[in-house]
Parts: sequence; structure tokens; C-alpha cells
Amino acid sequence: MGSLDIVHLKKSYGSVQVLNDINLSIEKGGFLVLVGPSGCGKSTLLNTIAGLEPISGGEIRIAGRDVSELKPADRDIAMVFQSYALYPTMTVAQNIAFGLEMRKVPKPEREAAVKRVAETLQITHLLDRKPSQLSGGQRQRVAMGRALTRNPQVFLFDEPLSNLDAKLRVDMRTEIKRLHERLKTTIVYVTHDQIEAMTLATKIAVLKGGVLQQFGTPGEIYDNPANLFVAEFMGSPSMNLVRAGVDPDGAAVTLARGGEPLRLPVKAGRILAGYCGREIIVGIRPEAITEPRTENGADPSVVVSDFRIDVVEPTGADVYAISELGGRQAIGRCSAGYPIRAGQTARLAIHTDKIVYFDPKTEERIG
Amino acid sequence: MTLASMPLTTDRPQPRRRSIGDWLPRLVLAPSFAAVLLFVYGFILFSIYLSMTSSRLLPVYDFIGFGNYVRLFSLPNWWVALKNLAIFGSLYIAICCALGLLLAILLDQRIRAEGLIRPIFLYPMALSFIVTGTAWKWMLDPGIGIAQTMHALGWESFSFTWIKDGEMAIYTIVIAAVWQSSGFIMAMFLAGLRGIDGEMLKAAQIDGASAFQTYRRIVIPQLKPVFLSAFVVLAHLAIKSYDLVVAMTNGGPGRATEMPSTFMYSYTFTRSQMGVGASSAVIMLMMISAVIIPYLYSELAGKARS
Amino acid sequence: MTDLSLIPREEAVAGSRAPVFARAALYAILILFSVYYLLPLFVMVVNSLKPLSEIQQGNMLALPRDWTLAPWLSAWDQAQIGIQATGLAPYFWNSIKMVVPAVLIATVLGAVNGYVLTKWRFPGHRIVFGLMLFSCFIPFQIVLIPMARVLGLIGLAGTTPGLVLVHVVYGLGFTTLFFRNYYEAFPNELIRAAEMDGAGFWQIFTRILLPSSGPIIVVTVIWQFTNVWNDFLFGASFASPQSQPITVALNNLVNSSTGVREYNVHFAGAILAALPTLLVYVVAGRYFVRGLMAGAVKG
Repeated sequence: MGSLDIVHLKKSYGSVQVLNDINLSIEKGGFLVLVGPSGCGKSTLLNTIAGLEPISGGEIRIAGRDVSELKPADRDIAMVFQSYALYPTMTVAQNIAFGLEMRKVPKPEREAAVKRVAETLQITHLLDRKPSQLSGGQRQRVAMGRALTRNPQVFLFDEPLSNLDAKLRVDMRTEIKRLHERLKTTIVYVTHDQIEAMTLATKIAVLKGGVLQQFGTPGEIYDNPANLFVAEFMGSPSMNLVRAGVDPDGAAVTLARGGEPLRLPVKAGRILAGYCGREIIVGIRPEAITEPRTENGADPSVVVSDFRIDVVEPTGADVYAISELGGRQAIGRCSAGYPIRAGQTARLAIHTDKIVYFDPKTEERIG
Repeated sequence: MTLASMPLTTDRPQPRRRSIGDWLPRLVLAPSFAAVLLFVYGFILFSIYLSMTSSRLLPVYDFIGFGNYVRLFSLPNWWVALKNLAIFGSLYIAICCALGLLLAILLDQRIRAEGLIRPIFLYPMALSFIVTGTAWKWMLDPGIGIAQTMHALGWESFSFTWIKDGEMAIYTIVIAAVWQSSGFIMAMFLAGLRGIDGEMLKAAQIDGASAFQTYRRIVIPQLKPVFLSAFVVLAHLAIKSYDLVVAMTNGGPGRATEMPSTFMYSYTFTRSQMGVGASSAVIMLMMISAVIIPYLYSELAGKARS
Repeated sequence: MTDLSLIPREEAVAGSRAPVFARAALYAILILFSVYYLLPLFVMVVNSLKPLSEIQQGNMLALPRDWTLAPWLSAWDQAQIGIQATGLAPYFWNSIKMVVPAVLIATVLGAVNGYVLTKWRFPGHRIVFGLMLFSCFIPFQIVLIPMARVLGLIGLAGTTPGLVLVHVVYGLGFTTLFFRNYYEAFPNELIRAAEMDGAGFWQIFTRILLPSSGPIIVVTVIWQFTNVWNDFLFGASFASPQSQPITVALNNLVNSSTGVREYNVHFAGAILAALPTLLVYVVAGRYFVRGLMAGAVKG
């Protein structure tokens, strides 16, 4: 296993810049997830790491070695494709062994490797079948098995779960995570699904329009999104982003709503310097708008207020309360037992220490 | 026979392939492409040049301009050939399309024996035009063919002498050509019919359309691309048609069934007027190009857009 | 490429509740047309099994009274073709000797061309393909004169190898088209996966693409076989009497102006000339139709 460093990577098709000065690195054994909406360049980035597409500038280093000019087969990587790309005319065993065969590994070693991988992935009973005789989940395993046999420096996964149904996707997600924890492999994983990104990654890179928006741990990305795009993209339901006026002293923000405006103090000891008296955007995660609990009583960062509830959406474990805030629909998340009704008012507590602030012009996070 | 499906994928940049190098794939393609360049495009240019020389029995390389074309269009035989091509081509295309569409619609009525009937309609396409020509030549022969059979069956006054009749002989070639190609056109239409969304037909039924109305208003308008493909296929076959004429009438009686293709052959190889022969070939190429190039172009452009 | 799916569609337009007589009329029309399409074959077969006198008496549709195989034997190795009484047999073998290499070479070249044009694209690949494609449609009259000269120059005039060359060159456009369209639909991810597995240009072709190319190989072989076997123009233009293919010999047999017209022999000869392609059609008609349709219908 090895580390991966991407340094000032650029990629353009003609005059169209599709990847713009990307800098990323993931340590040995890390799990890097590239996430973003379709067309953000995440798959292109993965393909450049794989060597399937040339780069226009910068450098890609795998285990410290510059591989930018090497062809895919010489980069010591393996890839799991979105469509799995299993060779239709070969059996599962032949599929798994093909990479070793091409590298002229002797047959007994190949067979041993196939056996080892099949046991790891519990597909030993499928070895003699053709890909067309496998279910989606089984194909997924074979595709991973093909990557595993070679024991490469880095594994690349290109939206590997997107062809599976919802239930299977969750199971396979867990399985990939378990595999990663057991084998301590370095993985680069592309997905458009932010939940996959949050659950799997040790580091997440959020891309949009070929530009790296934020690179950090799942916690950093979730709690301190670098800009409005990341804030909105990561998390479900997404973060409430509401316009608010900053007090002249910079110690609180005021949000307009139907009745009396809502005034929320800025985190203790912090001042929104440079924004005093101006309008900004505040971001509040739905779980930071929730039912008041007794232990909140003494906490100055928790503001309790009456909200007029427009819509109630029970999800089973939780219930979402939708109310107007700063001219937009804001979502709060309460426990299922909390009695709220559409058209009535309910008391909700806002945890202001979870609030993040954005500059409305640059859309960047403040501070 | 044509290529309507030429998906030109979005020009996705291709992987960098350093070790194999860029040269191997091109090297592999090179012999074929060189052969096509030489044997097709080089030869076309050569023939165009020849058509502007005074070549007769053998090629000579003096440049005389468009004299052969002027001469070509002053030859009554050439005009006969063009007129025959016009008659043959329009009837061949029209009848094949009409018959092909009719048979396709009939076969599309959940016919139980479809698997048996369809191959019967289609097998003539597997035959050589020489075989087809031989069969129809004798079947339409007044001495032994259908006419004689009718007489033998007691219909003494029956007479069918088109193949010996300078005015009518060209129509006998239409009959044989339609017999050979209409099954194929039927298959094209059938594939088109099968490609129509079944839900749309259910909707039409619910809207109260009769079967006839459904075909006329909903199905046939959607077959426009098939008509276009069929037209291109048939037009190009018509302009090229040579074997069938040779086998059935050999251009006769007299020169009554002369076609541009037979004209070219006889002027070049038997009448030693190579310059005129070459110019007639160039005209044939221009006619086919006028049909094929817009078609290819629209197919390529259409696919590139989507 | 459109696969002419042979499964009847569930939702046929009409007919499910059509009255019985309409159904009967429908079948009657279809049977009538079947008769029309089968008639020439029927005439050829029955009259090839009659003595000449029965044909001259004039009922083409009647079954033979005296069944005889003599016309077939005559057509095979006795009939006068040109100036020699050799029957069609030597020309049949000429055709075989011409068809087999012409089909093999053109198919192999078409396969690698299609592979390069889809999976190893280079700048200008469209132009290359477009030029190869247009070459399928040219009227061959335009190349007859220079081809005759070139065959003379390289010493292949009037020979079977010369005809093989001609058929390979003018078959390339279609064989390339077939494989190109087939490989176009072949997932690029598989190629990429193989590349990451370390497979090279030829390994990807032989190990990944070729094993999946069965159907298109059959389509191409049938197409090229039918076209080359049925060709008349090139055979008539470039063959010597010794290397003539069977179509040219058949035409000579039927249209020779000397002697008595042996219609029964002509019919037997015509069937002989048609037999190989008919056989292919019966055995693999589905692939034959697919070849015909390849591209002709929007999918």
C-alpha cells in the first residue's frame, strides 16, 4: 500500500479547463472520497490517477513515485469500474486472474491468488460462472476481487455502488468499509452520493466545476463547510441557509420571519468582525433546530423560540418540522415523539454553536 | 446495405497510451486505408482524368476538356439509358416501398406463421442477379414461359410479350428487380414497425382510432426514416444495376433496355470509346453521390448531435 | 446495428378482435404473396428435372412427367460454356477459390479496422471512416478501367488472386462498417479494465473483443460471401476464361446463341449457382438479414 499525492494537477480538453489546479494527498491506508455533482470532474480526476486520461499539468505521485507519464498498467493500481467491466467471455476465476496472467505470473501463483481473494470476498462458489450468471451484488464482489488479487499501491473505485438497488448498496457500503479496515488499503473512491462519502472516507474532496471546493475529514466538511456549495451539497436534508443581518457590534445575527424576528448570538467570544451591520448568510444544520431539552436550560448558546410549523414530515425515527425563516423554508429535526402539528406553533431550540456564517458575495465561510 | 447506424460517439478524449505508442493502431489500419485511397479515390480521379482524354481502345493521356461529356450527351443511346434508368428507378423504388410496407404491415398482425413466411419473402435477396435474371428471362419468355403455360392450360388468347417488345422490355426488368428486393424492404419496414412504442398504439386504441387510422396517422408517419433509408438503398441499387439487365435482356431488344451501367461497359470495352465510357461512369458516380452523400452527411451530423 | 428481433411484438396494432373473415383474407393475401416469391424457384426446380421436350410443349408449372437428373449432370460437367463443353463445375471451383480467401482476408481486416476505429481513435478517425464508408457505395464502373490497368501491371490480370484482391478492396468498406458499429457498442470500460490489467493492443483484441465477436463475424462472413459469390461485374471484367466465377459462366451458358436452348440445363445451372448462398440463407438466415439491415434502419 502506498500514499497518493496530487500536486497542481491541471487537465483541459482544448480550451475547456476540466480540472483546475487540484492539490490532494492521502496517506498510506487512507480512504479518499471524491464527491461532487455530475460533471464536477471527479471521474476525470480518477481517470487521470488511473492513467486512462492524460493530464495537462502538475504531477501525480503514488507511493512517492511520479507516475504522471506512466501508462495505467505500470502505475501499480487497480480499479473497480462503475459497470464492473467484467470480461463477459471469461469465468469469474479467469476474470480475477487476468491481470496476473497479463503480468506473466505463473499459473500456480495465479490460482493461489484467486483462491485467497475468493475466500476473502466469499465468492469461492462462483468461480466457474460467467459474469452473466451473477447478480448485481455478486458482480460487484468479483470486480473488487479482480482489483484485490494484484495487491496494488492504490485502489480506485469509480461509483462502484451506483448500479445496485438501495438495500444492496447499503450492505456493500458496509462491506467495503470492513474490507478497508481489515486490509488497510489505500483507496480513492468516486461517488456523487454524499452519504457514501461521509460513511466511508477518512478524507473527502468536494469538487465542483473542476475546482476543489474543500478537502478535509468528514467531520471538518460537515461541521465547517468551506463555502455555500459544500454546505448545501453535504448532508441530508441539506443545511438551512438563511439571510440574516449582523448586529452593529457583531455579536449576534437577526433572522426575519413571519412574526417577531429571531435573534441568535454568535458563538461566545467570537465577533463577526468586518460584517457588523451587514447582511450575511447563516447556515444551520437541521439537527441544530430541534426540540428543547431540560438540560439546555442553562446553556447560553441554545436559543428557544416559538415557530409556526408549515409542514410536518415524519420519517420514522425523526420528524422534520418545516417553518419559514429569513424568507425561506427551514427544516428542523426533532425526535419522533415530539408533538408538533402543521399550522400550529411549536417551541424549538436552536443550537447556535453549530451555526456557520457565509459571506453572501464570495460565498465563502466567514472565519 | 447502408449505414444508418453510425454512432459517432462524443469525442471523448482518448487515453494516453505511451508504451504501445500512437503508431501501432494507425499502422494496423494503414494498409486498408491506403488500399481504399488508391483503389477507390485514386481510381476515381484516374477515371475522371480519363474522361477528359481522347482515350479509345487504350488510355491515352492528352487532355481534351469536356469533349467526351458533350459527345456523351449527344448520343441517343445515352439518353435511352437515362430514360430507362428514370423509368426503372422510379418504378423499382415506388413498387418496392409500397409492397414492402404492405407486406410488413400484414406480417405485423400477429401472424402465427410469420417465422415461415418472412424467410420466403426474403430469400430472393440471397440470389445472384444472374440467377434471378435467368429465372425471369425464361418465365417471361413468350415461347416457353407463363404465356405458353396459359395456352397449355387452355387460355389460348393470353399473350405476354413484353420481354421481346422494345417499348415494354424495361418493365420486365422492373418485375424481376422488385421480386428480388421487395422482401428486403419489407424486412426494413417490419423492423421499423417493431420499433414503434407499443404504449402509443394502446393510446391510439383508447382514443378510438381504427386500425387503418392508426397506421395512416400514427404508424406510417413515424416510419419516415425507414422510407428514407429504403429510398437510398434502392436508388443506389438502381443506378448500379447491371447484372440483372445483362442476364435478362442484355440491353435488348435492340438497345431498348440499355442502362447507364451497360452503356458504360459496352462503350468502354466493346466499342473502344474509353473516354466516353469513363465520362458515363463519372456521371453515374455523380448520381450516386447526389443520393448517398447527403444521406451519410445527415446521418453523421445527426449522430454527432445526439 | 439493428437486430431484427424476430419476436412478435406483444402489442400488435390491430387484429386481436378482427372478424374471422378479415383474418382469413389476411392469410389469403400472405399466402398469395408467398406463392409469388416462391414461383420462380419452383419453376426452376421442376423444369430442371424435366426433359427438354416437356418444357418446349409448354407447361412451366406442371410437375415433370419423366423425372430426370440429366439436366443437372449436364449443367455440372457437360454443358457447353463458351467454347468448351466443361459444364459449370470448373467455374464453381473457381468461385470457391475466389470466395474463401476474399472472405477471410476482408473479414480479418474489417475486424482490426473496426477495433482501431472505435477503441484506438486518433485525430482524423472520422475522415478515415467516412472515406472507407463512401467507398461501399460507388458504382464500380468508375474503377473498372484503372483496375484493369493495375491488375495488368502487377501481373494479376485474368487470375483468381486478382479477383480476390478486387473483392477484398471493395469489400473492406462494409466489413469495416460492420465491425466498427459492433465494437462501438462494446463498453469502453472493459477496454480500460483490460488496459489496467496490463493487456496490450493485440491482447485486448484477441482476449477481450474477439471472444465476444461471434455474431458480427458470422454476419460479416455471410455478407461478404454472398456478395463475392454473387458478383458478376468484376468477374466479367477481370477474369480470363480459365478463372471465371460461376455467375459469369452461367450467363455464358444461358445467353450463348449457338445450338438448341436447353432450358432445363439453364435452370439446373442457375440453381447450382444459387445453391451455396441459398444454403447459407437457410442455415443462418437471421444473420444474413442482420447483415442486410446493418445500418439500413435506424435502431
